[in-house]
Amino acid sequence: MCTTCGCGDGEARVDGVSVTDAGEHLHEHRHDDGTTHTHWHVRQGGHSHVPAPAAAPHQHADGTWHSHDHDVAALATAAAPLGSVHEPGLPSERIVRIEQDILARNDAFAAANRQALADRGIFALNLVSSPGSGKTTLLVRTIEALKGRIPVCVIEGDQQTSLDADRIRATGAAAVQVNTGKGCHLDAHMVGRAMAQLAPPDGSLLLVENVGNLVCPAAFDLGEAHKVVILSVTEGDDKPLKYPDMFRAADLMLVNKVDLLPYVQFDVGAAVEYAQRIKPGLASIRVSATKGDGFEAWLAWLERGVADARAARDRNVAALRRRVAELEGQLAAADRVA
Amino acid sequence: MHEVALAEGVLRIVMDAARASAATRVHTVWLELGALAHVEPDALEFCFDAVTRGSVAEGARLEIARTAGTAWCMPCGTRVPLARLGDACPACGSHQLQVLEGDAMRVKEIGIA
Repeated sequence: MCTTCGCGDGEARVDGVSVTDAGEHLHEHRHDDGTTHTHWHVRQGGHSHVPAPAAAPHQHADGTWHSHDHDVAALATAAAPLGSVHEPGLPSERIVRIEQDILARNDAFAAANRQALADRGIFALNLVSSPGSGKTTLLVRTIEALKGRIPVCVIEGDQQTSLDADRIRATGAAAVQVNTGKGCHLDAHMVGRAMAQLAPPDGSLLLVENVGNLVCPAAFDLGEAHKVVILSVTEGDDKPLKYPDMFRAADLMLVNKVDLLPYVQFDVGAAVEYAQRIKPGLASIRVSATKGDGFEAWLAWLERGVADARAARDRNVAALRRRVAELEGQLAAADRVA
Repeated sequence: MHEVALAEGVLRIVMDAARASAATRVHTVWLELGALAHVEPDALEFCFDAVTRGSVAEGARLEIARTAGTAWCMPCGTRVPLARLGDACPACGSHQLQVLEGDAMRVKEIGIA
């Protein structure tokens, strides 16, 4: 807990339920073959586990079910004093080598989220911007425009209140509100919890509206396909230079509120050029969430993403079916020999 | 202030390693923070002091090594230094730069008793 701003763990809530109280937790263990797994569990009384609705679960000899992510062997701590760089400062001090990313835990949750999304062919976006850029209005218009074409689910991040989730639900789309308490960003664990609750349908579009903050959310991978940064013309066109981390993390920039351009001092060309200084080749679309300008291009971009996510899952399923058929063939051949 | 979340990440890694080594005290924590990393070292240090209170790492010295940023300049086809995001290639003035190094945030080692 930070004594200055008070932000930290323990206050995050998904639709009003504390993230930490819900009994779900990250858990690491090593198998006999030496593989280290990190997974998360939903605790159901005592200490029996059921898999979080993430990647393929399996049962251990003790009857525990696990849902796994195999990309995080790096989480294993290499506590080898050999080769350490630093000298002990005190006679009694021992140096332990660690070499671990500070964000490793978040990244493990993000990898699990990404796998769960890929398994279901869901296209997920992490929408980031300053407060007041028009994110929620953009979402509402996007949902209305995609009605009957693509199922859309929304995870809403805000420090407090469910006002945004209420606005989204009014459109008929499923939405879960994550309140970060004093926290300034969504993290992958909160989003995993919200995904479990939301249960977005296969092949759908999942839009995550991050906390309005152009700094902190840049550091946290949520498992999304892309970060989309929204810059509105009522802000400064030099924001990409002032807040470079977010523009570097994004794969698309939406310049919103372009209907107000006649009334404000905002040079769209300069904003795009500044953003591309930070992130060479960054794509951008000019939109108005209230008037609908640029929505054709934005919706086409979304539809391409959804189609690609579905196609990738179909290819994966087809490859698995071929593999199963191959194994069944081998098994049948072995049975004939026996 | 995502530095609180980062400080908690550091503490978690340090505590796991300290437990695995049966440490009773953590004297020093060595971090590598790249010049282009998404963190403010002073804020992280302040938050680290706050989050370690009451743990075996309370009062631990935080030693931060800053690693320089480097990027690949596409027009030059070579590796160039990059002090901060948004800067141009010092040779050709282009912004067509791909970050190569300097965005890491890692716990390197700890000194324990």
